[in-house]
Amino acid sequence: MTFTIPIENGDAVKIAEAESQRTLYPYVTGTSIVAIKYKDGVLMASDMGGSYGSTLRYKNIERMKAIGKHSLLGASGEISDFQEILRYLDELTLNDNMWDDGNSLGPKEIHNYLTRVMYNRRNKFNPLWNTLVLGGVKNGKSYLGMVSMIGVSFEDDHVATGFGNHLARPILRDEWHADLSFEDGVKLLEKCMRVLLYRDRSAINKLQIAKITEEGVTVSQPYSLKTFWEFSSFHNPTASAEGSW
Amino acid sequence: MFRNQYDTDVTTWSPTGRLFQVEYAMEAVKQGSAAIGLRSRSHVVLACVNKAQSELSSHQRKIFKVDDHIGVAIAGLTADGRVLSRYMRSESINHSFTYESPLPVGRLVVHLADKAQVCTQRSWKRPYGVGLLVGGLDESGAHLYYNCPSGNYFEYQAFAIGSRSQAAKTYLERRFESFGDSSREDLIKDAILAVRETLQGETLKSSLCTVAILGVDEPFHFLDQEAIQKVIDTFEKVPEEEEGEDEAGEGEAEAAAAAPAEQGGAGAGDQDVAPMEM
Repeated sequence: MTFTIPIENGDAVKIAEAESQRTLYPYVTGTSIVAIKYKDGVLMASDMGGSYGSTLRYKNIERMKAIGKHSLLGASGEISDFQEILRYLDELTLNDNMWDDGNSLGPKEIHNYLTRVMYNRRNKFNPLWNTLVLGGVKNGKSYLGMVSMIGVSFEDDHVATGFGNHLARPILRDEWHADLSFEDGVKLLEKCMRVLLYRDRSAINKLQIAKITEEGVTVSQPYSLKTFWEFSSFHNPTASAEGSW
Repeated sequence: MFRNQYDTDVTTWSPTGRLFQVEYAMEAVKQGSAAIGLRSRSHVVLACVNKAQSELSSHQRKIFKVDDHIGVAIAGLTADGRVLSRYMRSESINHSFTYESPLPVGRLVVHLADKAQVCTQRSWKRPYGVGLLVGGLDESGAHLYYNCPSGNYFEYQAFAIGSRSQAAKTYLERRFESFGDSSREDLIKDAILAVRETLQGETLKSSLCTVAILGVDEPFHFLDQEAIQKVIDTFEKVPEEEEGEDEAGEGEAEAAAAAPAEQGGAGAGDQDVAPMEM
């Protein structure tokens, strides 16, 4: 006759292994993405920073990538999860190309595929810690959508992630209109990115703007925005708050 | 085809490089009642002859909707056809769910063909005994495919399978060159006329045939009996007009006969060429 000695919380060993296999917190993160539809397609802006907690550790991270012929994916959140998603999409677009039959996955299909992936991961309590922005043009129709880490998904004329939701979208709601020219679109995005640069501590002054049209994707070279710090109240910041620093 | 020592197993080759079980499966397709498909650039029409087991029973369903943009007509073992239709519906709906976009018909037929091929290479399986005429849409417009028990598939402008399909094929061969630009109504009329050819003299009535259509802006649906009867009435009433058309048609017959690989030469009676090798 055999009997097992009961160990208190013996399952902890097994659970610990399971716990270490799922995402609990993000480590290296990217901040906001802002994107708008314009006359010829979609414009998307992001900075090139990767924060490690409060440290701005990486300053050359491309957070926007072309997917297939028709789409552009931008991500905020955990950078390694974004890279994982790019691998999934790589496999998907590879298989799509291998069919070689004149059919191809457009932005709508990619957006829905990503929604399924994000939602299913969320259901397993092992999310990909990203908010994704998917823009594209196919057969003359522009498409712009977003998926969050819990699988919330929708389309809109202008989207933003993270801090962008609070700081950029109000600007876009006031100033976006259909059929923006390329120059006006870039100006509008720069306006949003400047506010984010001033107010989001994880933002850095090195941004890229990506454009997707029927012809394809172009991601600009990184550049910086002009900022102004000579406001009079910055000269003696504690003047109206004695004792602070 | 005669019974021989190499035809017991689907996994046994004959010395002449044939798989007899697969060929026998294709014979089963020829035993089923006729099914016809034709397409224009924007529409596909599927039609079939309604065969009933007896006067007491209803006729077998041979045309199935797979999705709004794909339909299939079968000939042969209808049970196998039903199972494959269910598979096609499943593939189509899974694709729609993941991508919110219709599955391109060209990709569906490849999945079907791969499934059929598996049955030609497992000793514990048998080939499906049904031929499928798959009509559907993808990004480049309307397409019609024929899926064979052998695991081969071909794209067609127009095709007919099942018993007495040769008569329909002859009719289609004469007229297929005009199908690309046909109007929807003309395409339906040609389909019903092709069905009539397979009836070999029996009067064509709307109760004898089933017709379904799908197109770029038209989801798959069956035509009701009245609509079919109306089309029949347009040509059954005027036999002299039909003869005039036939004479003009024969001039085209030679040009059409020269038309190559599309019709694949189902070589009726050509016993030396394995049908699956076209």
